[in-house]
Amino acid sequence: MGILSRVLARPASLRELGIVGMNRRNIDLIARLNPRRLYPLVDNKLRTKQLAEEHGIPVPGLIHAVDTQRDIRELPRLLARRSGFCIKPAKGSGGKGILVITGRKPGEFIKSSGMSLRLRDISHHVSNILSGLFSLGGSPDTAVIEELIEPDPIYDDLSVEGVPDIRIIVYRGVPIMAMMRLSTRASDGKANLHQGAVGVGLCIQSGRSVNAVQFNDLVATHPDSGADLRSIEIPNWHDMLELSARCADATGLGYLGCDVVLDVNRGPLLLELNARPGLAIQIANGSGLAPRVAAVDELLASALLESPADRASRAQSMFAVLT
Amino acid sequence: MRVASRTRRRISLIGIVSVLLLVGISMSVHRHLTADVPWLPGEEKLIWSIEASVEFVGNGRPAKVTLRRPIDQQGFSVLSESGASPGYGLAFLDDDDLPAAQWTTREATGLQRLYYRAEVLQRSAGGNGEAAPPPALRTPSWEEPYATAVNAILDQAYRQSSDPFTMARQLTGLFRAAEPAQDVQLLINGVGEDNLTELLADMLQSRDIPAATVYGLMLEDGRRRQRLRPLLRVWSEDQSQVFRLDPASEEARRPLLLWQPTRGYTLEVEGGSSSELYFSMIRSERTDYGQVARALGTANDWLGFSIHDLPIEEQAMFKTILLLPVGALVVCLLRILVGLRTSGTFMPVLIALAFIETSLLTGLIGFLLVVSVGLMIRSYMSHLNLLLVARISAVIITVIAIIALFSVFSYEVGLTEGLKITFFPMIILSWTVERMSILWEEEGWKEVAIQGSGSLLTAIAAYLAMTNPWIRHLSFNFIGLQLVVLALIILLGNYSGYRLLELRRFRAMINPKPGTS
Repeated sequence: MGILSRVLARPASLRELGIVGMNRRNIDLIARLNPRRLYPLVDNKLRTKQLAEEHGIPVPGLIHAVDTQRDIRELPRLLARRSGFCIKPAKGSGGKGILVITGRKPGEFIKSSGMSLRLRDISHHVSNILSGLFSLGGSPDTAVIEELIEPDPIYDDLSVEGVPDIRIIVYRGVPIMAMMRLSTRASDGKANLHQGAVGVGLCIQSGRSVNAVQFNDLVATHPDSGADLRSIEIPNWHDMLELSARCADATGLGYLGCDVVLDVNRGPLLLELNARPGLAIQIANGSGLAPRVAAVDELLASALLESPADRASRAQSMFAVLT
Repeated sequence: MRVASRTRRRISLIGIVSVLLLVGISMSVHRHLTADVPWLPGEEKLIWSIEASVEFVGNGRPAKVTLRRPIDQQGFSVLSESGASPGYGLAFLDDDDLPAAQWTTREATGLQRLYYRAEVLQRSAGGNGEAAPPPALRTPSWEEPYATAVNAILDQAYRQSSDPFTMARQLTGLFRAAEPAQDVQLLINGVGEDNLTELLADMLQSRDIPAATVYGLMLEDGRRRQRLRPLLRVWSEDQSQVFRLDPASEEARRPLLLWQPTRGYTLEVEGGSSSELYFSMIRSERTDYGQVARALGTANDWLGFSIHDLPIEEQAMFKTILLLPVGALVVCLLRILVGLRTSGTFMPVLIALAFIETSLLTGLIGFLLVVSVGLMIRSYMSHLNLLLVARISAVIITVIAIIALFSVFSYEVGLTEGLKITFFPMIILSWTVERMSILWEEEGWKEVAIQGSGSLLTAIAAYLAMTNPWIRHLSFNFIGLQLVVLALIILLGNYSGYRLLELRRFRAMINPKPGTS
């Protein structure tokens, strides 16, 4: 008791909750289940996109992948009739170098923030992506130009900037935990929980919010818009879980983070995959990963679940009350 | 199946770790025992530098001088030897168990001086010197009246003793007495004081006890022109003992180095006359085992093969290199058990190395100065949108400029401490600046502060570990402990428990704190 227990949790209580720590994640989940040779599949957004399309997983439509500086001359023709699009570095991480154009004026492109750009500025941005300004280690990169996502209107009040995405952790092909990440002003539009984004834990059975945290504290409403965070319910929830289970099959990764968005026209779309998903999702859900990992291990020891839809359904029945 | 593979992995892990621990610890214990390297620093080693000078008058013809060299023995190990002798060919002969130095020349005229020098380590115990084999038994005989006296004295010594060693002690006691008995006095007068040792050896030989006159050197710091002392050495079965005949008691406590461990000549001069052999010696205490260990390393078995065989200069380099695993262990501890975040995994170790050169406070101030000024300049450069390689290169040049500026400035102001800033690894500093600056842009200053202070804390911990005299002593002198460090790191690499800082990160999950609702 005393000061120490106010500052630090007792390891035994964390173990009781089934919280997985970094060391355990690195040894028991990542090193054991994610062969390194599979990393390039998810570290390059273009390859992820191609892989997803091969496996029939819906992704935002590809306009063009620019991989040489010469290709930049094609940009005027490619973007001529587009009113909105998004340019991403294929090897970027953490949202670096993503340019979202949501509107047009004659000779100008309007950014999501309202700022207008010339075609020259866009060419310069693409050139920077190609030379590796946003990629890990500065290696040459590819600029991926994608169609814009039209987020479901239910998200309208939930995020100050950008589309809120849903992170689903898939363990050995079975979705085990999910959260929605909402950017806030405090997080400067970013979706990282430690920077102040709100994490909303989602029930695997129903897709309803179970818990919402910002900076490790429970919150009931969005700090900026005041939207109620307790009554969120994700539509097409089963489809979303099934999509994440299919991603595990497509990549072969045993511990996978799938970032999914809900498009109003096309339904769930895969945004990107992560071979080293973080552990903040446990805080957002108010529960640990370990019991769910154990439950899946037990399930897979006795049953062979071939289809992603089966696994999604099984996950929904297994993790109904574990909130 | 999954569980089986995990237990198999665990077993092989335990196997590797225990093999590493076993080999590492036994190598270290072996080294402690054979090379006499202490576990604690500061236990200084006594090293005697002994110089033997041979003087003789050459008669104009070819000369050959043979001088016995000391060998490893109980309490002493010979570390190194050298000879000085202009105009002479010098060879160290190692045949028939009794090594010698041999000087040869075509013509030696007038007074000649030859030098032989040995560094000898005085050891507390052990030593791999085997006792020289006992000499062949002879049957000496004496004329009357000596024969009767010899027999009477031997009979008396025999009655008052139980084995060859006690008999020799009794015998020397009789001869050393302040007022010797009559027949003892008769013998002393008969052979002369100088030949008493030889007489005693002969007397013991006549009773079938292997004994010989050997020669040794009493070691005393700063003594010059010392001569070898004749000593009585007695063998019994595998053992042998040395008896001193000279009565001076305070000398008896001095260490005694056997120069000539069995019967035979010590110095042989062909082609010269009036030869003399003098010794001078200097005692020194050293904590540096490099040289000590080098000599021992080559003399010992394969386990002794080591870094200590290298020249002194390379050894000094390895002294630092062998500390790096300690720094790596500190990084592992702080990252895996505590969960500190650092900018660049092993950057703190390299910074700690720089701290060793600069001293901690100067190093810290220098580091903060360079990195903060570097960050300021780098933040301006980010407006230029440079490509990565060019950006890093620009940062490197900036860092060098900052370091040069600070050096000049602190020199002008009179702070010579400031000059030490040049010890910092500039490329590493540049990467640190670059990484911190990107971190600042992407994650904000908080993350920079967290990782920056994490790096500095780790660097200070690594510095404290790497400057600890005990750790320095162990890491350099016991190479086997590197394997122990490796084993510890492998064990740490398998720690899947919580990190200390995670207990803080997840504490809200134990008793959730409701925020504004």
